[in-house]
Amino acid sequence: MSEGQSSTRRLVRRVSWETILALLLVLALVGGAVLNKDFLTAENWANLLANFTEIALMALPLSLIVITNEIDLSVASILGLSSSLLGALWQYKLAMPLVLVTCLVAGALCGWLNGFLIVRFRLPSLAVTIGTLALFRGFAYIILGDKAIADFPSEYAEFGIGVVPNTFIPTPFVLFIVLALIFWILLHHTTIGRRIYAIGGNPTAARFSGINLNRLKLLLYVASGLISALAGIVYTFRFSSSRADNGTGFELSAIAAVFLGGVTVQGGKGTVTGVVLSLLLIGIINNMLTLADVASEILRIVTGSLLIVSVLLPNLIAKTRESWRLMRRQREIAGLGSAA
Amino acid sequence: MTKQAENTAEGPGWLNALFRSRETSLVLLIAGLTAVTTTLNPRFLSPQSLKDLMLNVSIIALLVLGQTVIILMRQIDLSISSIVGITAFLSGTLFINHPGISGYVVIAIAVLTGLLLGAVNAALIAWGKIPALITTLGTLYIFRGANYAWVHGRQVNAVNVPGSFLAIGTSTVAGVPILTWIVLILLILFSIGLRQYRAGREYYAIGSNPNAAVLAGINVSRRIAIGFIISGAIAGLAGALWLARFGTVDATAAEGIELTVITSTVVGGVAITGGVGTVVGAVLGALLLSVFSSTLVFLRVPSFWQQAFQGAMLLVAIAADAYLAYRHALRSRVKWSHV
Amino acid sequence: MTRIPLMRNIAVVCSLSFLGTIGFAQDKPLKKDLKFTVIPKNINNPYMVIQSGGATDACKELGIEGKVVGPSETGASAQVPYINTAITQRQNAILIAANDPNALVPYLKKAMSQKISVVTLDSDTAPEGREIFINQASAEGIGQSLVQTLAKQIGSSGDFAILSATPNATNQNTWIKYMQQELKKPEYKEMKLVKIAYGNDEDQKSFTETQGLLQAYPNLKGIISPTSVGIAAAARYISTSPYKGKVALTGLGTPNQLRQFVKDGTIKEFELWNPADVGYLAAYAAAQLASGNIQGKEGETFAAGKLGTRTVGKDGVVLLGPPTVFNADNIDKFNF
Repeated sequence: MSEGQSSTRRLVRRVSWETILALLLVLALVGGAVLNKDFLTAENWANLLANFTEIALMALPLSLIVITNEIDLSVASILGLSSSLLGALWQYKLAMPLVLVTCLVAGALCGWLNGFLIVRFRLPSLAVTIGTLALFRGFAYIILGDKAIADFPSEYAEFGIGVVPNTFIPTPFVLFIVLALIFWILLHHTTIGRRIYAIGGNPTAARFSGINLNRLKLLLYVASGLISALAGIVYTFRFSSSRADNGTGFELSAIAAVFLGGVTVQGGKGTVTGVVLSLLLIGIINNMLTLADVASEILRIVTGSLLIVSVLLPNLIAKTRESWRLMRRQREIAGLGSAA
Repeated sequence: MTKQAENTAEGPGWLNALFRSRETSLVLLIAGLTAVTTTLNPRFLSPQSLKDLMLNVSIIALLVLGQTVIILMRQIDLSISSIVGITAFLSGTLFINHPGISGYVVIAIAVLTGLLLGAVNAALIAWGKIPALITTLGTLYIFRGANYAWVHGRQVNAVNVPGSFLAIGTSTVAGVPILTWIVLILLILFSIGLRQYRAGREYYAIGSNPNAAVLAGINVSRRIAIGFIISGAIAGLAGALWLARFGTVDATAAEGIELTVITSTVVGGVAITGGVGTVVGAVLGALLLSVFSSTLVFLRVPSFWQQAFQGAMLLVAIAADAYLAYRHALRSRVKWSHV
Repeated sequence: MTRIPLMRNIAVVCSLSFLGTIGFAQDKPLKKDLKFTVIPKNINNPYMVIQSGGATDACKELGIEGKVVGPSETGASAQVPYINTAITQRQNAILIAANDPNALVPYLKKAMSQKISVVTLDSDTAPEGREIFINQASAEGIGQSLVQTLAKQIGSSGDFAILSATPNATNQNTWIKYMQQELKKPEYKEMKLVKIAYGNDEDQKSFTETQGLLQAYPNLKGIISPTSVGIAAAARYISTSPYKGKVALTGLGTPNQLRQFVKDGTIKEFELWNPADVGYLAAYAAAQLASGNIQGKEGETFAAGKLGTRTVGKDGVVLLGPPTVFNADNIDKFNF
């Protein structure tokens, strides 16, 4: 009896969240292919990947921030600010490379403001980023007002909607692949990554180990701002449309992807692989439903449910393990009692 | 460690408390803004614009009552906007499908629906042990999606709603709209409940120090669950009143209002870290934000400066809260730990 | 040179034109099993619901499989996934009311390159993004008549404001442009446009924007709202305020929504066309395009069911007809 129990226990322990995600991903792929004949076409996949490029970009630094037990809700507003700035500066016919650099710098500054308030003044990151969410979006509106700028140079617009030749990978998505690799190496194979986990796992111990928490967290927020600005640039060129309200609401999707990817709220756990898998999963499910003409409102319900299930399930599994352990302990005690 | 005496050198205790209280600074700010705006545009104090102001604030102030209870416990409820959207449309649909139905019945059903939706949050947070941020983010999505699917391009028009119900949003008693009276009465009830009753104090205790609350014998899970159920019920009521106020409801009703509500609450002195703040302060916070938007409108400042100012106000409020907490901790020679 | 008998000429011309009319009236047959996607500005807008309904009714008449899909927000980028889906599903035509004149063009061009016919209705894109645009009424006519209606009600003098939809909407912006042009005429020199407010076609926002206009501009004499959501919200606010009867309100709205406000004096006159007809006409035009019977060139004609024969004008624009003016005398006759 104990043999059977320990082998199931071993199986349960070995199955990581990433594995579950990978299985779900395979299920989704199969389901999509079966339900819709157009699912596996190159064109569909180009659309699928392009659709969540911006959210995917923002989710990368966000997952690192959440691992350190903080949060950044202002990412979509930085995206909007960057997009507005792009359009506004382009109106003055400045050279595009200069404009792009300015947008990235602006994003980094926004991230720095977040980090400064959170780290230097020790303000709670949830409240601060709710405030900067409104502040940065407000700046976007102040810069561009109600206007929309649309006439961007064709080579940039083509970058936005094009694909890498002979593949179905959209050109902006390449940015995501590169950044995902960088973050993966950073988090799992460098000391900075170990430090990030340490801060999330036990901040006091991390501080006493000599890790400069403040500087690292500040850097993470700057990175988040920078990459959100990059996402804003991608968005603007993908739709040839610079508007102050671009990306409104994206932060919720990015956070949903991060939590679904296995990054726990308490911090200290989570992998880049998990986040990438969850992004793909959400993207595929969205695409499947759109192809089946399911209304966009159902997509919302699905995303929300995925978010809740992603946390509920591990909790339930933990509770079940706990009750197994208790049962086994009780049986042991009962066994001892009868032996004696 | 001797505790330093409170600043008796500066005057009587209660006067100090009054001056230092968040509520006073809010009232002063509101008065100041009103004075400035009225000098520049006297229409600001005309009966119609005051009525508009009161109506605009009332629904947010109502939602703030529920959110205060939640934030006091160090939790958060983002799903209120979706609950308001659903109950607003539900109220309208009840009037359409059951002509002659009493307004009281409609309000009761709306509150009950909100209560049930809040119970979903409560179950996931208290029993499923899912953090409030994630749960209410998820239910924000799920409820709004369900709302869109249900409404599906339809809308309730003012002509479908009986005049007596719409009168809640338009007629006044002693110059104050009925809607505002409802909110004021609830404000008094909440204020008394949170201050004088043990159940009310438990909310503060849970937010101040959850571990101590458990050790003190407070049933934390139950209290948290009740808090979210209250928040849901309040949102349900707000939905019915939304219909009375605006007359027309479609699938996007109340979308995005949760951020305004949370900002108002925090600006009103309810610290996001929990355990501090009053409902009166929170409602004053909502009033301040509303007066501020009105000021911008009357001064013909383009409306898109509003969001930036709102964000800035929230940041200032949080920083001020943290600074005050730091000073208080210093004064009582308590070791200040990173909250 | 052979002399051609006059009678034979006449006979030939007559029979040719007779055949011609028969040919145009009956049209070359439509392709079988056509599939259309109708994309409104957004799914929840009641005006759009009526319009899309007209399009799907026409589809049923023609035996075409038509479906309505669209975003819940009024962003340009929100419509893109639906265009892409239609391309992937290899639909035969896309009928779209555009949220932005330029942002959708690259995606619509992609659709057209895949032999999908693109018809815009209600709100146009840049001409290179579509083959035919169904314009509900002459934009110039709408702009002029709205200004004229308001001028009549406020005695051609005073401050007024415009409550529009989203800042980028092609149709509203075109009408506003013609309104401003009309205002330059000498008979309107006492009238001043003090502000253009944007209600984003959201009821609550339009309501509060109306409030803001009346608060910030004490001398406001009138408001023009060229969007059905805006005028309904503005009417609701004004009719329960002391401004009723003092501030004139006109614009474009549906009779069912505005009936009570015409009866209680908030609105004296407003205009519109039947949105269902716009959708209906768009579907018929798309059917002809998708079957290859017309190309969207100026001068082509096609049959449009109960709307009769229609001609394609300049730049591929097909006009529905002049708008109807609604007031207390005739408003009870309509039901939409």
